[in-house]
Amino acid sequence: MSPLSGDSNTLPSATESVAEARAESVAAARAAAGAVTDPEIPVLTLADLGILRDVRFDGERLQVTLTPTYTGCPATQVIEQDVRDALAAQGWPDAQVRTSLSPPWSTDWISEQGREKLRAYGIAPPGPVSREHVPVRLTGLARIARETAPAGPACPRCTSQRVERLAEHGSTACKALYRCLACREPFDYFKPY
Amino acid sequence: MTADPAHIDYVTRLGDNALVLGQRLAEWCGHGPVLEEDLALTNIALDLIGQARLLLAHAGALEGRGRNEDELAFQRDEPDFRNWTLMELPNGVGKHDDYAITITRNFLAGALHKLLWQALSQSSDPELAAIAARATKEAGAHWRHASEWMVRLGDGTELSHQRMQAALDRLWPYTEEFWTPDPIEKAVAAAGIGVATASLRPAWDATVDEVLARATLVRPRASEFRSTGKLGSHSEHLGFLLAEMQSLARQHPGASW
Repeated sequence: MSPLSGDSNTLPSATESVAEARAESVAAARAAAGAVTDPEIPVLTLADLGILRDVRFDGERLQVTLTPTYTGCPATQVIEQDVRDALAAQGWPDAQVRTSLSPPWSTDWISEQGREKLRAYGIAPPGPVSREHVPVRLTGLARIARETAPAGPACPRCTSQRVERLAEHGSTACKALYRCLACREPFDYFKPY
Repeated sequence: MTADPAHIDYVTRLGDNALVLGQRLAEWCGHGPVLEEDLALTNIALDLIGQARLLLAHAGALEGRGRNEDELAFQRDEPDFRNWTLMELPNGVGKHDDYAITITRNFLAGALHKLLWQALSQSSDPELAAIAARATKEAGAHWRHASEWMVRLGDGTELSHQRMQAALDRLWPYTEEFWTPDPIEKAVAAAGIGVATASLRPAWDATVDEVLARATLVRPRASEFRSTGKLGSHSEHLGFLLAEMQSLARQHPGASW
């Protein structure tokens, strides 16, 4: 039977309600996947990080697309499994989780809310990604910190801009170790990437 | 689908360069001269192994024989590896790890990787272009790390200067392999998949010379020696590296957790 041969009043509304139900399902799935937290920085959700690229139905099967953060990030696989588990708990046991490499993720995609959460957690959020290479001169660690991060992270504890870099590689691949010269507390800086 | 053999070989070269250097740097894990450097080198190793994973997965897909990145990394033998010989050289001389050698290699290879990934982010192979766009970000940070140390140690004490110059003299001949043309590179460059590495040489020279000048190090003279790792003919060091890297996977083929 051709769809056009049906009752012209009931059919469009039936199609609409199917489409609406689909849209609601996608929104619910997006919320469930977006609420999964990062295993290494548990205050951040995937929505905060900006790595949830797409949620859609491929036929009847739910398909979620993530973008990895750092190429070698050991959390990537844990995140994929956590998303599958979260979706299974919401009634999509066979959801497919895909990864998409392009365009590459950038710390610029971290939401404002995510940056606030990082600060409250004691991690200085990343500054904007600079497109140009900043030449580094080597006349002492404090000098390097100033030159490679011109804006400089503010201390997440006392907000002072007087900080120095202790080590470019910190507790995880994405963070550098800094020290506040005002309150003397060390802190992590989420590096612009 | 099976891709052109030159295409597969080229992506394998890129993957093997990242994997073998990543493995060498990972040897420093727990042995770094200071904690910060231990973390720096293992973080760089992690990036490189991540890149290798993407590249070898892609090479396996292009090959179309169902081999995944783990099989390519852990089940191939020495002549099947396509990395530059520079990448497989030990972290020092003899049994002694040497930070000068480690940093100088990262510097020489890193200067090229930075340019190479930038160029490859325009590759006509969309998967390779996507991997390259990500690797560009990481290669910039790796090169910055190495060049900071080149200057600090080169323009450091008399002893550190002497050791950096010795490391540079020792490794420099292996950089000739970067520029040696071969049919594989010619084919992928013509197809827009890869680049003729020799075309990046002027930019590499300028980048390297600028840092060497600040490091007060002397650029060694060109040599006639040509290493041939990218053609599958390696130094005696790769076999030992693979024996260690592959031993667990070969004892338990197909194991998972």
